[in-house]
Amino acid sequence: MSDDATTPETPEAVRWEAGAALPELAVTPDKYLTVRYAGASGDFNPIHVDEEFAQQVGLPGRILHGLWTMAQVARAATEAVGGDEAPGSLRRLEVAFRGMAVPEHPVVVTGEIKAVEDGLATLSLTARQGKARVVRGGRAVVRVPEAN
Amino acid sequence: MGGPGAAGYDRPVLVDRSLRGPRRATGHDPGAEPRVTHATTTTAPVGKRYDPVVYALGREKIREYARAVGETNPLHHDVAAARAAGHEDVVAPPMFVVVYSAEAIGTAMFDPEVGIDMARLVHGAQEFTWDRVLVAGEEVSTVMTLDEVRHVETADLTYYVFGATTTDAAGEVVSTGVWTNIVRGAGS
Repeated sequence: MSDDATTPETPEAVRWEAGAALPELAVTPDKYLTVRYAGASGDFNPIHVDEEFAQQVGLPGRILHGLWTMAQVARAATEAVGGDEAPGSLRRLEVAFRGMAVPEHPVVVTGEIKAVEDGLATLSLTARQGKARVVRGGRAVVRVPEAN
Repeated sequence: MGGPGAAGYDRPVLVDRSLRGPRRATGHDPGAEPRVTHATTTTAPVGKRYDPVVYALGREKIREYARAVGETNPLHHDVAAARAAGHEDVVAPPMFVVVYSAEAIGTAMFDPEVGIDMARLVHGAQEFTWDRVLVAGEEVSTVMTLDEVRHVETADLTYYVFGATTTDAAGEVVSTGVWTNIVRGAGS
């Protein structure tokens, strides 16, 4: 998968305070990403893997799995923490799915720290493709890294 | 689980549990009493509790999933790195929950008693909470419940909300989920 990864801002540079932005995460899924994700997740809904089927049911073509996009939102949150604490830092994530995203176009996750209290940060996150917000109302709770 | 659903099947009521309402920090609460605010006829067995589904987390599947979603942290791929960080084996990314829940949510969503028309289904919203990381070699067990069926007349949409609770070998909760699916049209 072609992965532009996060912007140059490193996890150490994240200011864990209300109003601070998270490093932006941009990913361009390649043509066969939905096939690999279907294999990894078990979700072979044909709208994700069968171009003809997708068009027959009125879609622009194969669309990305919503949970794959949610995994990018999770990445944006955990990579802001970074390091060994990253996987365990994510305590909660909720998203609403709106719109559709397709392979071979960038998906961009942006986020902001809403509050930090008792070592937990509440984040607001959105995933976009072009002008479309495909994940809205993203809310995450992460454990802030040590020494913050 | 107390209240409606304790015996597996519920009377046909709708349970209003707002996605944005006040909630416990750990999300889906299998012990909570659902707040019944209105009733509509539905044949779906609101309150139904499905059999536990056991899943064995494997090193190669964790690596495969991590690659598919672009998780490059060595903890997900490199056993030595994971052990140096104090884990027994590679660490599953938190969203790996969708992999170990797949069979459980699939059974619930395809349940003919629920009657979801797959052709009209869209994934509306999703929530997860996590209590601790999981590593390759662990076995977890996921129990699904049909928590809510709500028909919105104005938009002619039916919401199906499933709750999930996953426990480890010691019976401790490791994650919870709220799966919200929307079916266009009157559903069942």
